[in-house]
Amino acid sequence: MPDFSQLLNEASTMASAVDLLFFTLVAMSSAVVIVIGGLIVYFAVKYRRTPENQIADQLAGSTRLEIAWTVIPLLVALGIFGWGARLYFDIVQPPAQANDVYVVAKQWMWELQHAEGKREINTLHVPLGEPIRLTMVSQDVIHSFYVPAFRIKQDILPERYTSTWFQATAPGTYRLFCAEYCGTLHSGMLGEVVVMEPDAYRSWLGVDAGQAPAVVGEHLFVQFGCSGCHKPDNSGPGPSLVGVFGSTVTFQDGTTALADENYVRESILNPSAQIVKGYEAIMPSFQGQLSEEQLLALLAYIKSLGSGGAGATPTGAPTPTIQP
Amino acid sequence: MSAITLPRRETYLNANYGILSWLLTTDHKRIAVMYLVSITLMFILGGAAATMMRIELFTPASDLVDAATYNKLFTMHGIIMVFFFLVPVIPAILGNFLLPLMIGARDLAFPRLNLLSWYIYLLGAGVTLWALISGGVDTGWTFYTPYSTATPTEVITATIGVFIVGFSSILTGLNFIVTTHKLRAPGLTWFRLPIFVWSLYATSLIFVLATPVLAITLILVAVERLFHIGIFDPTLGGDPLLYQHLFWFYSHPAVYIMILPSMGVVSEIIAAFAHTRLFGYKFVAFASIAIAVLGFLVWGHHMFVSGMSLHAALMFSILSYMVAIPSAIKVFNWTATLYKGSISYDTPMLYALGFIGLFTIGGLTGLYLAALAVDVHVTDTYFVVAHFHYIMVGGAIMGYFGGLHYWWPKITGRMYSEKWGRVAAILIFIGFNATFFPQFILGFEGMPRRYAAYPPEYQFLNILSSLGAVLLGVGYILPALYLLPSLWFGKAAGANPWNATGLEWTTASPPPPNNFDKIPIVTTGPYQYPGKKETIG
Ligand SMILES: [Cu+2]
Ligand SMILES: [Cu+2]
Repeated sequence: MPDFSQLLNEASTMASAVDLLFFTLVAMSSAVVIVIGGLIVYFAVKYRRTPENQIADQLAGSTRLEIAWTVIPLLVALGIFGWGARLYFDIVQPPAQANDVYVVAKQWMWELQHAEGKREINTLHVPLGEPIRLTMVSQDVIHSFYVPAFRIKQDILPERYTSTWFQATAPGTYRLFCAEYCGTLHSGMLGEVVVMEPDAYRSWLGVDAGQAPAVVGEHLFVQFGCSGCHKPDNSGPGPSLVGVFGSTVTFQDGTTALADENYVRESILNPSAQIVKGYEAIMPSFQGQLSEEQLLALLAYIKSLGSGGAGATPTGAPTPTIQP
Repeated sequence: MSAITLPRRETYLNANYGILSWLLTTDHKRIAVMYLVSITLMFILGGAAATMMRIELFTPASDLVDAATYNKLFTMHGIIMVFFFLVPVIPAILGNFLLPLMIGARDLAFPRLNLLSWYIYLLGAGVTLWALISGGVDTGWTFYTPYSTATPTEVITATIGVFIVGFSSILTGLNFIVTTHKLRAPGLTWFRLPIFVWSLYATSLIFVLATPVLAITLILVAVERLFHIGIFDPTLGGDPLLYQHLFWFYSHPAVYIMILPSMGVVSEIIAAFAHTRLFGYKFVAFASIAIAVLGFLVWGHHMFVSGMSLHAALMFSILSYMVAIPSAIKVFNWTATLYKGSISYDTPMLYALGFIGLFTIGGLTGLYLAALAVDVHVTDTYFVVAHFHYIMVGGAIMGYFGGLHYWWPKITGRMYSEKWGRVAAILIFIGFNATFFPQFILGFEGMPRRYAAYPPEYQFLNILSSLGAVLLGVGYILPALYLLPSLWFGKAAGANPWNATGLEWTTASPPPPNNFDKIPIVTTGPYQYPGKKETIG
């Protein structure tokens, strides 16, 4: 039985940064409560109705005061906004190099797979001090991946990939919660993240690794006939997929989109929605033929064919694909 | 002890007798009393669900009720409290009773429409209660898709009930807007209106503009469930985030529907019990309108971890800080109103001061949630639960109770026990903090909301919270125990027991059926209390 008794632990690179902002807010708001509360109590006692104090001073207001207590809170608020937004950029943008983990959430369990192939249920082992990037999809309703000790949370949607990342800073076992209400056993959709020393992690990973998703994806690519059209040298009727991931694709109508995870998914399941410039709309839809796991494997394979450009990594907020 | 009899005089209460004289009345005062009864019943039901939840949460495992039942309980609690209690409570009860009295009118602009609104409320409540009793709903009050399109529970019936009750709000809003424009007494210019009227006006704007969006959204959920037309369900080609956008487009402004009227009540009470003008009257009035307008632009702050785009998140974050400013302005002005006042501490004033404290904490913790990186950690945890209860229970209900006690003598013509009134107000304040403050810490420690069972490390704070709820529950029961007897045994109130300004205090208590023997002519602004010294700001 892992020991979770330590509440409020900070176990990721993000945690202490978020906490600094949080406790600054605690200090500030406590100060406001003390000043306002103090003034109310002070006025309440000093100006209570007594035989001598039956009639009040009638003060209509003061424009100067109004301006002061509008502008000062506004400036403070803008400062907090900037601080919170700055950290949010870090939370939604994973570093370029990160270990990929694929997550399929379903009522009421977590299915996790490492890029090296190892599969896990409800427990995720990760190496200490290395960035981990999660690409997530739900098989049914909305769930949310939440590890309080890492201060990260990201909703997981059906039929669309979302993503988040973390880098653990302390070995140990941490709770993984589903944070978006997902039905009867929502509160039972628990898991844990085990942070290991990198060496121990690698030897753990080596045992029964299974096939890497990219390798499985390559088999699927042949099995479902994709390879017949999408030839690497561009000699087939479909575009080559080498270097496509992360690049900007241009469509027949001249619009463009970033080829991210959701673009790849949409192109497999609903290919006629967007036709790449210079090609015919001949690709059949694979809707209903591939499981979420197989789709993720194909995605891993297509990613492995090379990346188009920098900044193409997924974020919690993938660029919306432009519909023609 | 024998009942004290009031001198014979025709009032709205004794003008006619019999059940039909109530059910067919078009008198805004009687309709307000009927709302008081029906909304109080809903509050009791919503409170019962909360009680069951807090008892269940004494222990980590789900033992008193199973997970499915717990999910139905928090759904019932949320639906009843939001749509059938918090949204209508002040406008439909106090607003209905007081708006015509405060502006020197004989009734609302459309008295029969007002009665119809009450029947619509009853119908909506009946349909929703039927859904909650016949099988229950387990989606949470937010009805998030695609769960709400997939769950086998009574979603369609419940959403139809909420859809129906929305029309009650829309019609009440319309009635208030027209009344405020058309029926003000001679001389009662806009800047002579009491702040409560301003805040009802702002609330009515939201009723009329936001409620239809909720209605459409709920109908779309029902259509998707019935006919499998893909709107929100991605497996049918829909978009679940579209649902969240539409839902919060109503439900964020709905927060202001709950809090603005309360702010209005508190403004009245503070001026009345400090016997002084409201500091910065115009700023407080415009702050209400600013809140109503800006409140329409911040809905996305409920969706920072939903997969919404980064740019949208930035816009919604900064706009959420903007909407905090007018609320802060109000708090500062209320505090300044106390300065050099002549303050007495009757029950309504205790509620009003409690409101300022709880609303300030609720508002400040909103700043945490609007800070994007902090929101990622604490959203969907008990931190959010604590935050919105500080606003909606600490704020809206404190305001409502304050107003109910302030105008009770006007409504009934009787005084209640001042001693028990104060005891209840203090008990509610303490019980409220004991219940919800621990939940801020629980949330920061990561306990997700809507959990039927929870890990054992969260038990201690949950026990504190549940114990606090016992105090709070007692605090809520007390007013029934002294307000009801006051109807028979309370001493006669007289027209103006608080020595307050405002047209409602110039007519008898309880008022005659047509409110005023003679329509008043207004020559001054509100809150004209006698002064030692006058300054113009
Ligand atoms: Cu879940
Ligand atoms: Cu909101």
